[in-house]
Amino acid sequence: MKQEMWRQLGLNDKEYQMILEILGREPNYVELSMYSVMWSEHCSYKNSKRVLKMFPTENERTLLGPGENAGIVDIGEGLAVAFKIESHNHPSAIEPYQGAATGVGGIIRDIFTMGARPIALLNSLRFGSLKEDRVKWLFSGVVSGIAGYGNCIGIPTVGGEVYFDESYEGNPLVNAMCVGIMEHEKISLGRAKGEGNSVLLVGARTGRDGIHGVTFASEELGEESEEKRPAVQVGDPFMEKLLVEACLELIEMGVVVGIQDLGGAGLTCATSEMSSRGGTGMDIDVSLVPLREEGMDPFEIMISESQERMLLVVEKDKEETVKKVFDKWELTASVIGKVTGDGMVRVRDKGRLVAEVPARSLAEEAPVYCPEMRFPSYLEKVSPLSLEDIPEPREAEEVFLKMITSPNIASKEWVYRQYDHMVRTCTVILPGSDAALLRIRGTDKGIAMTTDGNGRYVYLDPYLGGMIAVAEAARNLSCSGAEPLAVTDCLNFGNPEKPEVFWQFYKTVEGMSQACREFNTPVIGGNVSFYNETAKGAIFPTPIVGMVGLLENIEQRCTAGYKKEGDIIFLVGEGEPAPGGSEYLKHIHGLLKGSPPQLDFQREKKLQSFLREAVKAGLLSSAHDLSEGGLGVALAEGCFSGNLGIKVELSMEGSLRWDILLFGEVQSQALVTLDPQFKEKITRLAKEKGVPLKEIGFVGGKNYKVEVRSQEMNRTINLPLEEIKDKWRGAIECLVEL
Amino acid sequence: MKFGVVVFPGSNCDLDAYHTVKDVMNQQVEYLWHKEKDLKGTDCVILPGGFTYGDYLRPGAIASLSPVVESIIKFAREGGLVLGICNGFQVLTEADLLPGALYLNLSLQFRCVFTHLLVENSQTPYTKLAGNKVLKIPVAHGDGNYYADPETLKRLEKENRIVFRYCTPEGEITRESNPNGSLANIAGICNEEGNVLGMMPHPERAGEEILGSSDGKIIFDSILEFWGEKR
Repeated sequence: MKQEMWRQLGLNDKEYQMILEILGREPNYVELSMYSVMWSEHCSYKNSKRVLKMFPTENERTLLGPGENAGIVDIGEGLAVAFKIESHNHPSAIEPYQGAATGVGGIIRDIFTMGARPIALLNSLRFGSLKEDRVKWLFSGVVSGIAGYGNCIGIPTVGGEVYFDESYEGNPLVNAMCVGIMEHEKISLGRAKGEGNSVLLVGARTGRDGIHGVTFASEELGEESEEKRPAVQVGDPFMEKLLVEACLELIEMGVVVGIQDLGGAGLTCATSEMSSRGGTGMDIDVSLVPLREEGMDPFEIMISESQERMLLVVEKDKEETVKKVFDKWELTASVIGKVTGDGMVRVRDKGRLVAEVPARSLAEEAPVYCPEMRFPSYLEKVSPLSLEDIPEPREAEEVFLKMITSPNIASKEWVYRQYDHMVRTCTVILPGSDAALLRIRGTDKGIAMTTDGNGRYVYLDPYLGGMIAVAEAARNLSCSGAEPLAVTDCLNFGNPEKPEVFWQFYKTVEGMSQACREFNTPVIGGNVSFYNETAKGAIFPTPIVGMVGLLENIEQRCTAGYKKEGDIIFLVGEGEPAPGGSEYLKHIHGLLKGSPPQLDFQREKKLQSFLREAVKAGLLSSAHDLSEGGLGVALAEGCFSGNLGIKVELSMEGSLRWDILLFGEVQSQALVTLDPQFKEKITRLAKEKGVPLKEIGFVGGKNYKVEVRSQEMNRTINLPLEEIKDKWRGAIECLVEL
Repeated sequence: MKFGVVVFPGSNCDLDAYHTVKDVMNQQVEYLWHKEKDLKGTDCVILPGGFTYGDYLRPGAIASLSPVVESIIKFAREGGLVLGICNGFQVLTEADLLPGALYLNLSLQFRCVFTHLLVENSQTPYTKLAGNKVLKIPVAHGDGNYYADPETLKRLEKENRIVFRYCTPEGEITRESNPNGSLANIAGICNEEGNVLGMMPHPERAGEEILGSSDGKIIFDSILEFWGEKR
């Protein structure tokens, strides 16, 4: 076999040597293709595996940690939630609609594979500057792709976030998360157990789409990437809807021994992973696979990434039951082989053996690397920041208006109104608050969910930024009243073979792990996406934290919008706003510098515990954490969602400047509003919890009126709510559609 | 009273309609499978929202040819109550139980938002208790832009068959309050006899305050009221 052969498939010379040793002979092309896809970074995590071991993966609620298609946590009363987040960045960069749509389809399959009914979708998106035409095209394409798939399949898209920064130009991030609910005893695993059991391929036919998709996902984007458009799969949400119903019906009947979806690396991945986990092997015949087109080679069938397919293992005498259920849903189910006992994956074509490799060697024995790390030189340039770098603006109102119309702060309604966020009638907190909240039918419970990750912070300080991503997610859940349960993460980074990128990766995971331990929120599954680079360089290191929380009583919940005139506004929590890494610094002054806000776990935990108890006790009308845009923006967001004005007076002490006080960013602080009758109770609770509480104003009037005073100066923002809300709401539409 | 909720391949809001009838209205309800012609003695058939057959060909087009719809057409002609919501409305126009068609939204985008509906006809079985009210009910669709030729529109107006129009919270019919660009802000229409209603907004999603509105319940309450009087 010639060197170019394996190199073309993304394998290096050492890896080829390993294959020779495993097989004791030269691989044929089918086998080489199978190794190439399974040993890609996307499938094997060969570069990240060792670092990921830092994550805590268990607490008293975890039923299933990483290693299967999704993690599962207990929520009481015999119920559990399964959830996972995954990236589809590269496909979306060249074919935004299908790239995003199939990202959604893939993550949904990961959830119902576990036996869970998918009940909610979230997504975390990053794009370049909206001033660029190509970015507008990518952004609208991705949003309609997510809408197209999620709406059609009937799973509400209830939350997520979108940020824009030049760093993502040419390499957008599309991370999709799905949450499902199940009874404990319905947990299904991707394991091929029982020698002689039948292996069935169900769902869509297999075509040539997505050949070598995972290899494509494991390299940098370049000019040739456009030519790899055929490596992007095409989604059919209708087919997947039928597949969900049919598979859940079968799982309900208890006839499924093992089940796994076909995603990246297609049949190769499903057969080898299921065998490897089950300690078995499989013998399949590709001539039994229903094809979409004629003349496909065995290697193409084995690595095709055609969507909406599942691999099932059932006892031989249950074949007919499976076929009957699939018939009802007008889907095909084909027996393509059987489970064997010798640990080998054997692939035949009309009986003729075309591949024979140990399952474990594909699924578990990919080489593991320890890429080199180096402290990034850019950090020396970006870290010092002095106030002198930031000229003090003259007009407070002008700055405020610029801030609320920044695409990173402006309303995301243009996005979420395209998503059906209400179907299944369980969405209790709709998009636009700190976290989405769904009720669990038949119980008093609710589950809250959020995604968070500030790439700018992580770029400036990967360790601190990693911690903040977790803290912020937990804080968002706490604002709704929910107790954080566990985390799924999607780690989006540049090329890990570059030492500076790998240093970012290592430090970020270290920071996240620390925070996950502090909040007792283990990482129960997730995804790593490397090679997010274009000719212009790597993206901001962007870990996305998907977090799910539990609310024992859905009636005890809280949202961000102000509720009624006369409520008092309190600023809760300790901390001094700082300009480093803030939206203010970037959007108003064009600077990306300084250190992200400091995070003190003790303060943070006190604040979150205070918020949850205050919500539970029914003391709060609203709760909203301070994040991008700081206090000035957080105050306005409460007005926007509650349609109520405010009057706030802030006194300034020490050397703090008014612009930093209003728009600097901080951790561990939140705004709460409450009826004056609860003032005494909230003060007592805050004291008990050791959380400082500062009364800063009240809800009322038709204006956003915020006054900053010190001995020397006085700045006031006093603008009609109707006017500023229109600007905030329309900003993104204005940029995209004009 | 017994309701039947039709399940086609790709129905998504079957569960929501079922839940609202059973748990919010405390009425009997059964699913009706698309391949079966038996309506199981239901008094009111609900064609729920969703993407039947993936909206392939045209929304509602393939579903309108299924065996269950054959029975529903007969049931409707005999005066049975048939409520088509969203994709169900599209099935009703495709099955010729209601005139007109539902085009792609003017924005060319899917829209999921709360809308306000002015009840223009409170004489139907579905709106008896909704007289002169403005109902807050959400929409969620990509093809809700109602169109009918000028003659049909005139007839609809004359026969008072435009049951709901999109409006502001104050009840004003404005362009801004229309989420899809539909003709004359039409959100729902009925047949000549008033027993068949098609509407794009989802009353089953607005049956409980916890979901943001309980105005949708007025429509189900009206059906029960009508049924009580009829008996």
